[in-house]
This record gives sequence, structure tokens and C-alpha cells, in this order.
Amino acid sequence: MFNRRKNKLMKGTHANLSKGFITGSEKTDWHNNALWFLRAKRDMQRDTIPDWEKLRATAAAIKDHTLSRLPEYLQRFEENAIKNGIQVHWAWDDAELREITASILRENNAKSVVKSKSMLTEECGLNPYLEKEGFDVVDTDLGERIVQLRKEHPSHIVVPAIHLKKEEVSDTFHEKMNTEKGNSDPDYLASAAREALRKDFMRADAAITGVNFGVAESGTVVVCTNEGNADMGVHSKKTVIHCMGMEKLVPGYKELAVFTRLLARSATGQPVTVFTSHYRKPRPETTEHIIIVNNKRTDIFEDPEFRQAMRCIRCGACMNTCPVYRRSGGHSYHHTVPGPIGSVLAPFYGKEKNKDLPFASTLCGSCNNVCPVKIDLAGLLYRWRQKLTDETSPDLSKKIGMDIGSKILKSRTTYSLATRAFRWVPGSVLQSGLNPWNVTAKNGHKERIFPDVPGESFREWYKKNQE
Amino acid sequence: MTVGLFVPCYIDQLYPKVGRDTLEVLEKAGCKVVFLQDPLCCGQPMANSGYESKTRDFEKPFLKVLPEVDYLVTPSASCSYHLSHHLLKPFVAAEELAKVKELTEFLHDIIGPDKIHASFPYRVGLHLSCHGLRGLNLGTPSELKVPYYSKIEKVLAAVDGLDLVVPSKADECCGFGGSFAVFESAVSVKMGCDKMKTMSGAEVSYVAATDMSCLMHLEGVFRAEESTMKVMHIAEILNAGA
Ligand code: SF4
Repeated sequence: MFNRRKNKLMKGTHANLSKGFITGSEKTDWHNNALWFLRAKRDMQRDTIPDWEKLRATAAAIKDHTLSRLPEYLQRFEENAIKNGIQVHWAWDDAELREITASILRENNAKSVVKSKSMLTEECGLNPYLEKEGFDVVDTDLGERIVQLRKEHPSHIVVPAIHLKKEEVSDTFHEKMNTEKGNSDPDYLASAAREALRKDFMRADAAITGVNFGVAESGTVVVCTNEGNADMGVHSKKTVIHCMGMEKLVPGYKELAVFTRLLARSATGQPVTVFTSHYRKPRPETTEHIIIVNNKRTDIFEDPEFRQAMRCIRCGACMNTCPVYRRSGGHSYHHTVPGPIGSVLAPFYGKEKNKDLPFASTLCGSCNNVCPVKIDLAGLLYRWRQKLTDETSPDLSKKIGMDIGSKILKSRTTYSLATRAFRWVPGSVLQSGLNPWNVTAKNGHKERIFPDVPGESFREWYKKNQE
Repeated sequence: MTVGLFVPCYIDQLYPKVGRDTLEVLEKAGCKVVFLQDPLCCGQPMANSGYESKTRDFEKPFLKVLPEVDYLVTPSASCSYHLSHHLLKPFVAAEELAKVKELTEFLHDIIGPDKIHASFPYRVGLHLSCHGLRGLNLGTPSELKVPYYSKIEKVLAAVDGLDLVVPSKADECCGFGGSFAVFESAVSVKMGCDKMKTMSGAEVSYVAATDMSCLMHLEGVFRAEESTMKVMHIAEILNAGA
């Protein structure tokens, strides 16, 4: 199943996959509006905080500070967590995270796991691995449960099933959980899922959570959820594992407060998530573990240009605002984290296979402005474009076009020859399918037409009239 | 005041009227305008496509003229942004770089916002092109919590009869994005169509912007969809009917 899922992810480029999302379904407008709704709610929450921009600047500065002393803070975090009775593990990459998790489960005789929201375990392919190893894994975040039942991948990091309409969820639940056929009332579906999940919570032997923040001064992990599902797992299981990316650290509680004010407001336009759970000490007779994961984060950390991407708190605001993401859907990005930040991170996980992603943007910069930690996303995408063009196999037609274009535009002689020739090309040709500017739908409907070329250029006019 | 006028390649070829109107607006503003023959392109089409390396030497003609003029003005926010943030940045000190101005920015900051009189008695929808808005700070982007201002609206305020509308999502990208328009044509066209819908919903006759590249894309979509809306560069409005 792991391989199948991987293949699904790699099929096609963003341009092709988004075409499918746009033309193959009427969902685009609906998807666009659903995400814009989150952006609008975010704007409303922003307006409740007079010093919003200062808060963002502070958050960015705190993250930069923490990253500049990351080894020190990681060490302090580990020491404090151990003092609290938590076992700390270090995973260099995705494989180590999977293996450490499985061995903890085996040591504790755990066969089944309830898991709360974690994009990190998604990134590391934990579910398929555990299933292959014979464990039973249930995602307990409602959105993640839906995509898990459908054997899909989250299409968004905060709202994983945002690509699905309630009718599709209804069909899936009918098929997998035997809910009433055709009943797509969201309350009905949510309570059916909740009921099934309650049984999973009772049955499971262990709980796994993601981590939003790790507080170095106390060794605490902080998990933000709206459904309380992390708490239900952590508070009822004898074996608890928190999986944390190493960039999640903040120095102390004072700094944490800056981020809890920003996270939910930026993500879903809520003043705060319904649950902000602090896990510090294991309950009696419980073993609690934190796995600190690298998985390429040191590569990003060591790159002076891209280090700022490590500030990301995975709020998803850059996706909600992105005009391309909203219309093309998260799966078109064929990487665990989609949207602007996903396209910045993806090439670190494979330049060749992800080289299209930094180009799946108009560089409009809206993401930069919503990002609570002020990552220059558009600037980093621009940098990737240069690097990937140098470091991956070229798209020949594009390369030739750019070669010719730059030669023409470099000298007045070639420019005037080329543009004179251009003026000879009949409009019927310029407005035909030979010109890639013109777009025609499958049904023959024209969607974009090249402009009529005027009789003389500005330069020609200037020569005649002004010189 | 001597102003060097840079007319970007695609305006030269496809929208010469925008070049002429810019020239005349600058002259109306009392500038001595020198049309810059040598710079042909800022290099943005290549650089945004990942081929910045192919624009080496593109800076040379700009570097040559910059010391000779008080300002270097261009009717394209994205070209101006590319010049000041990428192409010329490694070569030029900040105060020299500040001489590079997009047209409305120049009129607003240097000439004074109410100095250009024109007459354009139509309902016009403003599209806030991304590079002008978020790159050159021509106004308040909808994402930020900063006091509202708009250099474009101020400059257009002196146009007689103009019924200027800033529709909802006026600062959502139109979908042009340089070579994105071609390589990601499905999303690009969809974004253009959505922009068309908000504009026609606002019942405007014209859509105006600081960038002809956005407008070329929108014009292409309007035409395919047989919309009656026309596109118009800010310079064309500022030089209308006067
Ligand atoms: S890059 Fe910024 S906006 Fe995007 S998910 Fe990360 S923190 Fe949120």
C-alpha cells in the first residue's frame, strides 16, 4: 500500500494534475470558496489584534533566535523532558522515525494505535509502515480519518479533507462504516464518525500525537486540536508517543504565548484552538516518549537562504490565501505539504521529482503577507527556480525558448530584426493553436486569445515622430 | 527634471499606445523625457522562469543611463520591481536604485498626486497588480493590518468623470505570472475567468491596472468569453480626453 500511495503521489506534474482538478470537476469554485472563507475568517481575527503586524514580526524573530541556537535548545529540551520522566529518542530520517515507533510499540505489547493529527508522521510514511508491520492504526482527527478511509493523502495540512464535498464523505462512510446511504448531513456524519472513533479509542493500546510546539525551558510538548482527540489518546493509553520535528522548539512559555495567539487565527480564523494541550509528565504506570525528527531539516537549517523556511508553524494560511492552491487542490502538488510552503520544502526531498513545484506559483506574494512567521515564500520560490534550472534536467522546449528570447532581447540589432519578422506573422497564426498563449478547451471553446498586433511598435512610432 | 523612459519589450511590441501615453503624461507633468533606446527588457521573463543566468549583461544599458537621469520611469510595476529587486540590485547603491520608479509611484511620490488632469467619464474597475501592490507598496494589500492607502487611487483622483471601483478581491492575482500563463495554463485561465467575473459583477466598462502584462492576459480571456469589458493601462486613463 505504501508503494501504491507513493506512485499516486508522483504521477504527473502540478500543471497536469491541476488540469484534472479544474476541468474534470465542478469542485474548483467550491474548493476555492471554502478556502477563501478561512482566509476571510483569518482577516477578521487579525483585525481583533491591534498589534498584529508586530506580533508576526516578534514570532519571526523568536523563531530566528531559536534556530540560531537550535542545538542548545534541543539539548535543554531533552534534559528537561528526561527530568520529567519522558523518554527522548532522536530520528535522523523518516525510516528511523518509523522503526523507533514500531519498536516502542512492540516493547509495550501494543498492537493498535490511535493517532492524532500529525503531518510529520504523514511526511515519514508512518501509517503504511505500521500497517505493513501488522499494527492497526486509526487516525482520529476527523479530516484525517476521512482521507485514511479513502486511502488518500491529506490535501491540506490543517483541513486534510477540504478537497471532498460532504456527499463524497457520505459515500465513503456508507461504504466503510455503514452509515445511511445518501445522508450527507454534516452533523449526522460527524456523530457517526465520533461514535466509531470512541470504540477505536477504547480498543487501542497506544496513542501517537504530533507536536505543535516544544517548550525548551520545561520539556513540555504542546498539541493544538479542535476535537480533543489528542487528549483522549494521551489520557487513556499506557503507551504514548509524541512525534516532533526538530524545528518545533520555542525557548519558553513567554514565547509560546506569541505562537498560540497566531496559530489558530492564521490557520482557521479562530482566536485559539478548542484544545491547547500541554503534555509534560507521564501519568502513573504510563510510558511517554518524544521522538525528535530531523528528516532533512538539517539540510534546510544549513542553507543560509532557505533556513527561514524552518520558522514555519504549519498553520496553512499560505495555502488558504494562495490563488493557485485554491483552484488546483492540494493533491496537485504531489508532496506531503502542498501550497507555497510545500513547494519551498519539496525540493529538499527530491529535486528532480519536485522541480515543477516552485513554478506552480505566480509569485503574487499573498502568502508572504499572511505568513505568521513572515517567511519570504515568493522569494524562496524564485530562488528555487534558479537553482533547480541549474541542478536538474532541463525542459528542452523551455530552455530553447529562453535561449532565443534572451538573445533577441540582448541587442538592438537582433531585437529589431526579430520584431520586424514578428510583425510579418499573420494574426491568424498568432491567434492559432501554434501559439501556446492561446488556450482552447477540449470542447473547442476558446479560453484565451492572443492580442491583435498593432501596425507599428512604440519604437517605430518614436522614430517617426520624436527624433 | 530629466526622466529616462523605459518601455518594456512587450509594451513596445503589443501595446505601443501605452508607451506613447506614458511619454505624454510624463511631459504633461513637466519632465524632460528621454526615451531609453538601449534597454530592451528587464530580464524578468527569463528570470522568473528560472533562467536568471541568461540575463547576464541585461543590466548594462540600465547602469549606463542611470547616472544620467534624475529618475528612470517605466509603465510596468513588475518590470520596475524586477529592476530594483533583482537585476540592478547587486550593482547599484540603494539611493541610486531608488531612482527606478513605476509610473504611478513616480507621479505620486515625485510629481504630486493631483497634478495630472485628464477626463475619462467611465466606470473603471481597478485590478491591483501583485508586483505593484506587494512588491512596490503602491497600496495596502488586503492581508496586512496597516492603515489604508492607495497611491493609484490618489493619482487617479484628479481624472474628471472617472467612476473608479475597487471590487472585492481586487488584489487577488489575475493569473498571468509570466511563463506561468503558458506552462500552467489551466490555473492561469481559471484565475483570469474569476477576475473577469468579479469585474463584470461590479458592472465596470473598463479594467485598469499598473501592468499591461496582467491586462494582456485578462484581455485574452475577456475576448475568448466575448465580454464587452475593455482593458486599460493607468497611463491611458491619465492621458485621456485632455
Ligand atoms: S509558511 Fe507560514 S503561512 Fe505557510 S504554513 Fe508555514 S507558518 Fe503558515
